[in-house]
Amino acid sequence: MLRNALGKAFRFLGYTVQYGCIAHCAFEYLGGIVVCSGPSMEPTIQNSDIVFSENLSRHFYCIRKGDIVIVKSPNDPKSNICKRVIGLEGDKVCTSNPSDFLKSHSYVPKGHVWLEGDNLRNSTDSRYYGPVPYGLIRGRIWLKIWPLNDFGFLRASPNGHRFLDD
Amino acid sequence: LRSPRNPEQKIIKRVIALEGDIIKTIGYKKKYVKVPHGHIWVEGDHHGHSFDSNAFGPVSLGLLHARATHILWPPHRWQKLQPALPPERKPLRKEQE
Repeated sequence: MLRNALGKAFRFLGYTVQYGCIAHCAFEYLGGIVVCSGPSMEPTIQNSDIVFSENLSRHFYCIRKGDIVIVKSPNDPKSNICKRVIGLEGDKVCTSNPSDFLKSHSYVPKGHVWLEGDNLRNSTDSRYYGPVPYGLIRGRIWLKIWPLNDFGFLRASPNGHRFLDD
Repeated sequence: LRSPRNPEQKIIKRVIALEGDIIKTIGYKKKYVKVPHGHIWVEGDHHGHSFDSNAFGPVSLGLLHARATHILWPPHRWQKLQPALPPERKPLRKEQE
């Protein structure tokens, strides 16, 4: 009787460990569901939207200009931020605010990306803390699943003028 | 940690200063650096021949991958890696809690 119960307990533990490992691998290497908060990506992503992220792009190094990515915050490693990639390494980016009269440009250093939120007026991004190392990117957002009236793939950047072509 | 210059590569360095510490740099563009919040300053033990924070500045904690604890190979170099700060690299002023 006790041996039966013990056997069942061990089997349950075994299944839990198995599913835990599979879930961990899935979240780490494939992707997951993310709840976004904050106004910095409006109108593309509103506060409390739920999106799907995938991690394959960052492992295969095919994050492209214009992708929306989830990045570990450079100043607080425990929190994640959600921004759009404006420039990859070697790209020229505009570091000044639109309200400045004199525009200043710089090149994104090797191994870094330049991030900006879609809501330029209300977003702390690379214009504030500089280019972000590529190694901090956690995943790429590719699908919005909540709210349902806005379900679908994410729109292109409303700030096309921030992408400087060489 | 993942190299800030080349995300495909992992580099191994010693942590010299944590956030809030002010340290004197060797060959960095600024002589004294206060390590910003959420960052650390790493250096290789072989100063002058090391691609470390003296080249790329303080690194974000998010780039940390793991801590090296032992050397396993080659067998004649089996040892536990001691966490020891070289005395000449101590921070100048630690932030008081």
